[in-house]
Amino acid sequence: MLEAINISKEFPGVKALNGVNIKFFPAKVNAILGENGAGKSTLLKILTGVYHQYDGEIRLNGKPIRFKNIKEAHDAGIAIIHQELNLIPQLSIAENLFLGREILTPFGFLATSIMHHKTQQLLKKLQLNVSPNTLVQTLKIGEQQLIEIAKALLTNAQIILMDEPTSALTDKEIDNLHRIIHELKNEGKTIVYISHKMDELFKIVDNYTVLRDGSTIDAGEMSSVNEQDLIRKMVGRDVQISPKETFNFADKTILKVKNLTLKHHSIQNKNQLQSISFELKKGEILGVFGLMGAGRTELLEVIFGIHASKSCFEIEIEGKIRKIGTPKDAIQNGLAFVTEDRKSEGLVLGMSIAENISLTVLPEFGILNATNDTIAAQDYIKQLSIKTPSEKQSCINLSGGNQQKVVLAKWLATQPKILLLDEPTRGIDINAKNEIYQLIKKLAENGLSIMLVSSEIPEILALSDRILVMSEGKIKGEFLAADANEDKLLKAAI
Amino acid sequence: MNKEILKKSQSLIALFLLCLVITLLSDKFLTGANLWNVLRQISVNVCISVGMTLVVLMAGIDLSVGSVLAFTSVICAGFLKNGITIESLDLFVGFTVLGAVLAALIIGFLLGLFNGWAITTFAIPPFVATLAMLTIARGATMLYSEGIPISNLGSSFEYIGSGWFLGIPVPVWISIIVVLLMVFITKKTTFGRYIYAIGGNEKAAYLSGININRIKLMVYSLAGMMAAIGGILVTSRLNSAQPNAGTSYELDSIAAVVIGGTSLSGGVGSVTGTVIGAVIIGVLNNGLVLLNVSPFWQQVVKGLVILLAVIIDRKSKK
Repeated sequence: MLEAINISKEFPGVKALNGVNIKFFPAKVNAILGENGAGKSTLLKILTGVYHQYDGEIRLNGKPIRFKNIKEAHDAGIAIIHQELNLIPQLSIAENLFLGREILTPFGFLATSIMHHKTQQLLKKLQLNVSPNTLVQTLKIGEQQLIEIAKALLTNAQIILMDEPTSALTDKEIDNLHRIIHELKNEGKTIVYISHKMDELFKIVDNYTVLRDGSTIDAGEMSSVNEQDLIRKMVGRDVQISPKETFNFADKTILKVKNLTLKHHSIQNKNQLQSISFELKKGEILGVFGLMGAGRTELLEVIFGIHASKSCFEIEIEGKIRKIGTPKDAIQNGLAFVTEDRKSEGLVLGMSIAENISLTVLPEFGILNATNDTIAAQDYIKQLSIKTPSEKQSCINLSGGNQQKVVLAKWLATQPKILLLDEPTRGIDINAKNEIYQLIKKLAENGLSIMLVSSEIPEILALSDRILVMSEGKIKGEFLAADANEDKLLKAAI
Repeated sequence: MNKEILKKSQSLIALFLLCLVITLLSDKFLTGANLWNVLRQISVNVCISVGMTLVVLMAGIDLSVGSVLAFTSVICAGFLKNGITIESLDLFVGFTVLGAVLAALIIGFLLGLFNGWAITTFAIPPFVATLAMLTIARGATMLYSEGIPISNLGSSFEYIGSGWFLGIPVPVWISIIVVLLMVFITKKTTFGRYIYAIGGNEKAAYLSGININRIKLMVYSLAGMMAAIGGILVTSRLNSAQPNAGTSYELDSIAAVVIGGTSLSGGVGSVTGTVIGAVIIGVLNNGLVLLNVSPFWQQVVKGLVILLAVIIDRKSKK
């Protein structure tokens, strides 16, 4: 049995794990459940030796153990199958399987035929009907996943961690994977499974543990809970926000989106977003709720002109049809987009606060006006109470909450008419969260129209005037905030 | 803050120590004639490296500068000496010195533009696109010059590379102007800010509405034009265009950029740092010559210095 006892892990500015307790049983499929930012991937990285500085204890079959690197975890029989597969596409299946553990002849050369033979046995066990010499790049994603599993089997791993293995698979491939997981389980192996697809969780998982904000919320047997309870445990957070009192936004439509469709990035003939139409009124906060993979982020991205070549839609802003093919078009049409991942998409981390804030408003060719930028930045630092010694501070040195405020400032600087917010309070502390809630409300009161994507139900309920619920790339429900509650949203989202 | 100043002055300290050591070992180093000579030699690499700095700040690379230098060199010399003759139209165009220089600058700009076009339109890695240009421009140089130097270009042209103005060599003046202009562009214009932003986080820059492709086109074009300035200086200095001029200059300029503290992964660095880097390489070359070190050893020493500079840079970042 693999156990994590009271594990905490801190990154600058955010506590990723806060006393997590979790047990993984042999001959069972153990699920770790939680929304993004709950701490799942941090936990996986600790279990597989990627992070070795943490508080708490890992026990393997009762013995305390601390992996210093990936290899140690591997040698202890823990294998992980990542969401992004770690195969080398240009090499054959056999070459991939034996990479770094090649079998050699007595003379020190590659024992190709032995490896070939062993690969063949494994492929047979996985019911994958291809030659060991097949190049990995010619395999489908589902088949590649099986090669990853074969790799774990080859090293005789007793504990196999799977991080969202089915997110890119077709239904048939998923069935096959489930069958294999079942067999592995019956052989006594410990399976740790992460997925956001509720239906498959109930099909294959035996035990679950729910993480939220880096803490263990609940654990138990899958047969003893229902879907709704489980989701409530994942997303139901106790936040102290007073519900929105006023719903008196002007009855003036500012944004109208019609028949928005986005092609799937890897699966052909499949749409990630399917004929989405909606309207946004001036001064309204339109909440968009959905579980992971519902297409919430993609919806905002398409509107902001990011997937121009793969999407098609009609967009009207203030009654006029517009063409948005790039973020630049979007900005010029009064849109602003606070992205989900502030580090990789929101900020140039090495630049100062002032430089980041001015990035959206500078003309393409012109002389910099340092005084203007400084004044503007100081203004926003005060307005959003960004905690920093000065506007010259590099963004890399700010805490998550303050970074998020800089991202907001950078977009408010464009004086947008429509603000797209994607998980605006993810991974930031409770104080900064409340400040951002207040700010969002104030902006809407001042006439800014806001689309708020969030996976936190209380956040959506407290801020929105109206709520769209998405599932599998479609809008599955629409509620006025006054009529909405947790149960209704969850029902529509599943 | 102190740490930052220390880091910035790090390469200046290295330069100072280098000068000190050479002065102690050779009495010829610290003489007016020698120092002017060093500066004049450096000016070509300074011009190229400053253009390279913009490219590297944007997390790109330009391997074609040496060949672009050679091509603009033969173009400049050929236009000046022979003009352009188009037989089918019975047309002859002659060039003044200014005309030939402008033609070289424009050609350099266009070659850089071509690099940028290949990189942005086809998403070819800069390393590959400019590697192709390295060969293309070198081949074009050979085609145009038929592999023969173009010499005797007249005394007024020679002035650019060999003349003096207000007691300072003209090429030094030119490199000073280029450096000041590029410092201004990188530090005081939005264009410069965008170069840093793209190098720092291309995705965030794109989402901020920056036209990334246009900035890239401009930067590679500028790098090509800087190489052309180098080409004009070299040609004028020798009063002759050599078809094999500029071979491996891209390496010297990348070395200057790296020694000057600009990160090859983009977003961090400065034009002034590169200038110091170029001066360090120039002084080192000069010192090794003065100390009668064999040319073979010179190369080994230069390589070791580059390695040392990068190691120190890495260490100080941690």
